[in-house]
Amino acid sequence: MQNADTTVDGDRIVAVQVTDLHKKFGELEVLKGVSLTAREGSVVSMIGASGSGKSTFLRCINFLEMPTQGQIEVTGEKVALDRHKDGDLHPADRKQLERIRTRLGMVFQSFNLWQHMTVLQNVIEAPVHVLGLPRAEAIERAEKLLHKVGLFDKRDQYPAFLSGGQQQRAAIARALCMEPKVMLFDEPTSALDPELVGEVLKVIRDLADEGRTMILVTHEMKFARSVSSHVIYLYKGVIEEEGPPSQVFGSPKSDRCRQFVSSAHA
Amino acid sequence: MNTSHIKFIIKSLVVGVLLLVAGGLLYWLFAASRWDWIAKYLPLLVKGLWLTLLLWVLSCILGMILAIPIGLVQVTGPRWLAAIAHGFCTVIRGTPLLLQLWLIYYGLGSLFPQIGMIYPEFKNDFTWLIRLDAFWYALLAFTLSFAGYEGEIMRGAFLGVPRGELEAARAFGMSPWKVLTRVWFPRAVRLVLPTLAGEVVLQLKATPLAMTVTVMDLAGVVRNRITQDTYIVYEPLMLLAVIYMCLTFLTVWIFSFIEKRVPQKR
Repeated sequence: MQNADTTVDGDRIVAVQVTDLHKKFGELEVLKGVSLTAREGSVVSMIGASGSGKSTFLRCINFLEMPTQGQIEVTGEKVALDRHKDGDLHPADRKQLERIRTRLGMVFQSFNLWQHMTVLQNVIEAPVHVLGLPRAEAIERAEKLLHKVGLFDKRDQYPAFLSGGQQQRAAIARALCMEPKVMLFDEPTSALDPELVGEVLKVIRDLADEGRTMILVTHEMKFARSVSSHVIYLYKGVIEEEGPPSQVFGSPKSDRCRQFVSSAHA
Repeated sequence: MNTSHIKFIIKSLVVGVLLLVAGGLLYWLFAASRWDWIAKYLPLLVKGLWLTLLLWVLSCILGMILAIPIGLVQVTGPRWLAAIAHGFCTVIRGTPLLLQLWLIYYGLGSLFPQIGMIYPEFKNDFTWLIRLDAFWYALLAFTLSFAGYEGEIMRGAFLGVPRGELEAARAFGMSPWKVLTRVWFPRAVRLVLPTLAGEVVLQLKATPLAMTVTVMDLAGVVRNRITQDTYIVYEPLMLLAVIYMCLTFLTVWIFSFIEKRVPQKR
């Protein structure tokens, strides 16, 4: 695995650009101006204590959560936003939002596989019904991906009959089948039993090695350190420290960050 | 006399009584009961069964079609629409079906002829409304009733689908309509399939109420024709019980067949 410290990515295309993102839940300001740039092929990890706002930030990128302030650009396309009565910014153009979401492959903490479909049906659902891919082609694509995540023999099973690790790998295959430009991982291993974490991390690492663009919210410090090209440490809705993993984990400038990574045994 | 003696005596008594009842039934069935009326009334009975089936199946299907939006708007809003839907369910569930049937038949049914008397033009254009058969009023009443009960059940069903699965659907770029038709509704319906089976059976057993507004359904034929013409009471009622029971078993069997095709682990 390549340590991304050495990657010079200054002139690569920007896949996701988030500028000055704020998010308020009522009076509580969870994000206080967070910015992020993910260039093609880079792996950006977000770390921080629970409640630091990292999941909220990730969910704002594909508008599962509506930001209160800020700007989001995906593969060069700026999302048009309108301010609603609730005080938050909502995408102004639903078609644009749906188009942009197809470029972002989301993997959730709690898998969120559709329980009324088999694994294969889960994987081909969005390609067929959102992208309009012919069914046969989608199945072909899906079966390749299921091979890759080691679930080919489980393709006709319903999610309820799979282990957490298998479900999460299926969820990753489901996201990949859309051929997204960027993968978003929202604490993909936090809901797993400890012995199942490894199999999921292995799949994610393979994706990183393939050069996929990923934004990863995680509590797995060792993993973040080895897989990322850029690490962001979030503290109470503010970026307290960011940089290559060697800096954030090795010699952080911020005391809080040093305390956090040392307590997490990175 | 100790307790075992008393137990033995009680047991013998119970067995004796049961044997007597069974013997009496058998004697009545083979020696005393009269079935000669069946041949004469068979065509009427078949017609009645047809009306019962029509009233039952149509009101279930139409009621379900109404129930889906009634349940949905209570979850999604807008608030004023949710209030109307909630009010409708409360009124329907809070009043006897018999009363609703009478209000619709005697109220609506007598309203049209009156309008026809005041405005003759109405009479010319809408004679069909005035001449409408009691069956259609019954169908309207039964449909609204089913919609009221099922609307409430569907509300719970829509709420019962995990948020995360809907988020996943949205995150893959599904439009609100796609989310509803591909994930939300199919998932919700599977959650309430067992409840739905019970409701459909209850609806069947409510259909005899229609005979109170002159619908000659199965119960109407038995009660208003056969027993009144022939003064034979028990045999026709027994036949009625057997037919309703068969229909109930058929329904339960069909629903359990559907349920088995959809594996669910809870």
